[in-house]
Amino acid sequence: MVLWLLVAVPVMVGVALAVAGRRADRLAPAVAVGTGTVVLALALWAAMARPAVSAPLLDRLPVGLAVDGLSAVMVVTVAAVLMAVLVFSASEFGARFFGLVLLFAGAMLVTVTATTMTALLMSWEVMGATSYALIGFWWRDENRVASGGVAFLTTRTADLGLYLAAGALLAGGSGGLALADLPGIGSGWRDVAAAGLVVAALGKSAQLPFSFWLSRAMAGPSPVSALLHSATMVAAGAYLLLRVQPLLSATGWAAVVVAWVGAVTALVLGAVAVVQRDLKQLLAASTCSQVGFMVLAAGAGGVAAGTGQLVAHAATKSLLFLCAGVWLTALGTKDLHELRGAGRRYPVVGISFGIGALALAGVPPLSIWFTKDAVLSSALHSSAALYAVGLAAAAMSGLYAGRALFLLWSPSDREFDVERRVPRLQQWPLPVLAAGAAVLGVVFGLGDSRWWEAVLSAALALVAVGLAAVATRGAADVVDGRSPVLSAWLHLDALAHKGVVALTVALAGWLARFDDRVVDGGVRVASGLGGAVARVADARVDWSVDRFVQWVAGVTRGLGRSARRPQTGQLHHYYAQAVVALAVLALLVVVFGRG
Amino acid sequence: MDVLSIVVFLPVAVAAALLASPRIGDRVARWTWIVASAVDLLLVVVLWIGYQPGESGFAYEVDRRWIPSVDSGYHVGVDGLSLPLVALTAVLFLACAVYSARETRRVRSYAALFLFLETVCLGLFVSLDLILFFVFFDLSIVGMYFVIAGWGHRDAARAALKFFLYTFLGSLALLLGFIGLYLAASPHTFDIVELVRQDPLAGKGAMAALVLAALGVGLAIKTPTIPFHTWLPPAHTEAPAAGSAILAGVLLKMGTYGFVRIAMPALPDAWRRYAMVFVVVGVVSVVYGALVALAQRDFKRMIAYTSVNHMGYVILAVGAAGLITSSETQARDLAVTGAVTQMVSHGLITGALFLLAGALYDRGGSYEMAAYSGLAAQAPRFAGLTGLAAFASLGLPGFSGFIAEFQIFTGSLGGAPVSTAVAFLGILITAALFLRAVQQLLMGQFRSPNGPFPDLTAPEAASITPLIVLAVVVGLFPRFLLDVIEPASRVVTSVLGG
Repeated sequence: MVLWLLVAVPVMVGVALAVAGRRADRLAPAVAVGTGTVVLALALWAAMARPAVSAPLLDRLPVGLAVDGLSAVMVVTVAAVLMAVLVFSASEFGARFFGLVLLFAGAMLVTVTATTMTALLMSWEVMGATSYALIGFWWRDENRVASGGVAFLTTRTADLGLYLAAGALLAGGSGGLALADLPGIGSGWRDVAAAGLVVAALGKSAQLPFSFWLSRAMAGPSPVSALLHSATMVAAGAYLLLRVQPLLSATGWAAVVVAWVGAVTALVLGAVAVVQRDLKQLLAASTCSQVGFMVLAAGAGGVAAGTGQLVAHAATKSLLFLCAGVWLTALGTKDLHELRGAGRRYPVVGISFGIGALALAGVPPLSIWFTKDAVLSSALHSSAALYAVGLAAAAMSGLYAGRALFLLWSPSDREFDVERRVPRLQQWPLPVLAAGAAVLGVVFGLGDSRWWEAVLSAALALVAVGLAAVATRGAADVVDGRSPVLSAWLHLDALAHKGVVALTVALAGWLARFDDRVVDGGVRVASGLGGAVARVADARVDWSVDRFVQWVAGVTRGLGRSARRPQTGQLHHYYAQAVVALAVLALLVVVFGRG
Repeated sequence: MDVLSIVVFLPVAVAAALLASPRIGDRVARWTWIVASAVDLLLVVVLWIGYQPGESGFAYEVDRRWIPSVDSGYHVGVDGLSLPLVALTAVLFLACAVYSARETRRVRSYAALFLFLETVCLGLFVSLDLILFFVFFDLSIVGMYFVIAGWGHRDAARAALKFFLYTFLGSLALLLGFIGLYLAASPHTFDIVELVRQDPLAGKGAMAALVLAALGVGLAIKTPTIPFHTWLPPAHTEAPAAGSAILAGVLLKMGTYGFVRIAMPALPDAWRRYAMVFVVVGVVSVVYGALVALAQRDFKRMIAYTSVNHMGYVILAVGAAGLITSSETQARDLAVTGAVTQMVSHGLITGALFLLAGALYDRGGSYEMAAYSGLAAQAPRFAGLTGLAAFASLGLPGFSGFIAEFQIFTGSLGGAPVSTAVAFLGILITAALFLRAVQQLLMGQFRSPNGPFPDLTAPEAASITPLIVLAVVVGLFPRFLLDVIEPASRVVTSVLGG
């Protein structure tokens, strides 16, 4: 019952708020924060009580939810970040926003507690659709709506993998589509299911090659980014891979593929983050990179390490996005150069951001230093090359986090055009999240890292941050504009557009013309042929009768015309005609009268 | 008179009364129509509550002598395949009655025509006799012809004629198949239950193939599937909104219903042998229909093509059910149940979409999507319902479409892996086209061809909202529906054997 309530409360309140719309705008913040509190309490309860529930949905395919160790961590993380985001947004948004956010979080709660494919797939897709509505929240701006569309379509493309996995699971012999059955099904179908799940998870987590949608997702309000990038949506992909880790290792190949995609994404998107000039784009690329570590952990078999990384990153990244949101509303910009000195202007925000950035950089003893080292250690267990790539990616996070930190804290004498007060409600969640970003790592520990690994990564992080400090000294920003390809997220968006979208649209247009001309044309030709046959039959069969009648009519008409001609109305013509007629008559009498 | 016949013939009785009283005004005619449809829906609800199938598998069964010389009787009854469609018919006709409150052209005849069509549709779904089925099948074409020709847009006469001739041709093929079944049966009969029991064409390869081909073509034209679908877009584009809703929501189901009611169980061997043909036709309809819909610029034409896509899933599922071996009963049952669920779901969602398209046309005088923008600003109710209907139609979980398509996909994958995987693309392409439509029509800066865009009126909202609500109820709590369908699907799959 507690578990049903945990998922039903946010969903039902969310739907009610979204349907009520404007009418509920004034009440909405209070209702939402109240709901958030209830959800947090229920999540804590569920994490301790570990309930499991099930309800029939389809023919012998139930909806099952349960809270185990992994899910317990997830529900609490989701509820906590949700609470922070709700409080932060309370001073700015109305009913539609809170409704969608609660629905979104409710879908994530179902995702992380689902024990059957049906429950997982339903919540997974609802989360994608809600993210569309949240990214395109300011719907009068078509670009933002289009960005939401990119997010939804990209993730749905990957979601097809889940449909495939569900079918494969049933065909492979799992009667109830339980996720726990996955490693045990027939080996051919098991590979299909693993492939489907991996694609779906990589898409949701914005791993390569799907990363571009996360860049577009920045069009949404900042609190949405804070939620989407930390404990929900992108985290869902990583969570799913951690959840099905036994399946990945059972197939053999899937674990290797997942580990490498995670490691490469961590490195490459880390490099993308280093050169971004837009603070939110920098944070977005860093999300891909950090989630890459979680994916790497799932592939390398480090489920605990990956979970720790997920939680530490959730606290850190939601904090950083909320800070970016504060500056965006207060100062009207997210350009890192224009934001120079913003950290000093708003100390609560600036210090919180600083702690978050240092945690993101992997500086000890903050949380991500612990969790990332645990991940790297599990990578080292499976392959040295994987470890080396992971270490390089860790260095990248030092560089981008350091660069953002120093640009925001560097002294600046420039005046901001607009400068607004930051509401208290927007400040409160920040120190709490900063505390989480700082200390959560201790809870998870270093995993089975050896001492030199931890020292190496700490040294690397410090060197990278130092380099970032040098690169941004004075008015300089050494990396700015250095790599157009990296700045543009490897042009992945354009590639997907040209390679897939444009082709599909062209094919659709061609098929539509084919449909009009050939398919329907065939029908028209057939009916035309029918008409022609009828005409031919008509002409041949009815020829004699018809022509005869026409001939008679024509002759009669001609005679009539001839008969009209003498009637001119002039007397002398009539006399002449009478004379001729009498003469003819006389001649006839003379000729035939004798007989 | 038995209760099922009352449900079927009540509307046409009211229609006759309406036609017989030329004095009554539009207002009275409108209300008579609404009340008659509402009472009929109420009776259907009563039927549903009291639904208790007997040993034959049917409830409310009646079998009376009709044309004894060819052993064709007035044999009617409902089971899990037909009851949901009967309910869908009653719901959609009531929605159309309420929606048409603003219709001002020859209201009395319009109401009578729709009531006549309601009887025809209900009659078809409860028919257990081929001749009875055929009579209703043909009358539906006649009724819809007059709806399109009499109350349609500019080019309605042409579209109506095309619709009539094309689907009439289909019904002739169907009749040929029925006669084939009749002749093969011994003793000769048109009774569906008896034909299914006899399985008259078992082991007669060529004859069975011919009869299946005749039935297949006849039903495929009505459904419609590729390549018999080209009557659909013009008929929809020119039909009045309520006519489109009934055409897509109910009349198309006659084709797909014919597959599960007649073609599959009466010709199980031939069905299994040629199942792959249906799978391929289904998959091509899914992908082709979605792609052509993606290329449309006209909102109503686009929805019309998505019907080809959605009906394609049904054909895929019934085809795949023929490929799956009988040891995989769960997958097979899922596919057939999914197919029936999809019929109900498509009726609700596409019915709502066509009514919304009608509201759009009433206000802007155009179906051209590019002529509109940002309608959410002036018409939030219209925008909300259109958005929900669009997401329902693209198969989002939480709506009925997902329940249907998920069952179809999950059930079919084992039997037809490649085809089913290709069919997945359908839900992606429909997602793309509906997102584009929503973005173009509802989002951005406000623009509409006729200036202001007033929000939905009370009758419009009252007719469309229940359809969406029902789609959500089926999407979240489908048991009440599936408990009815599943036993009937099991009967179909067990008859299929193999």
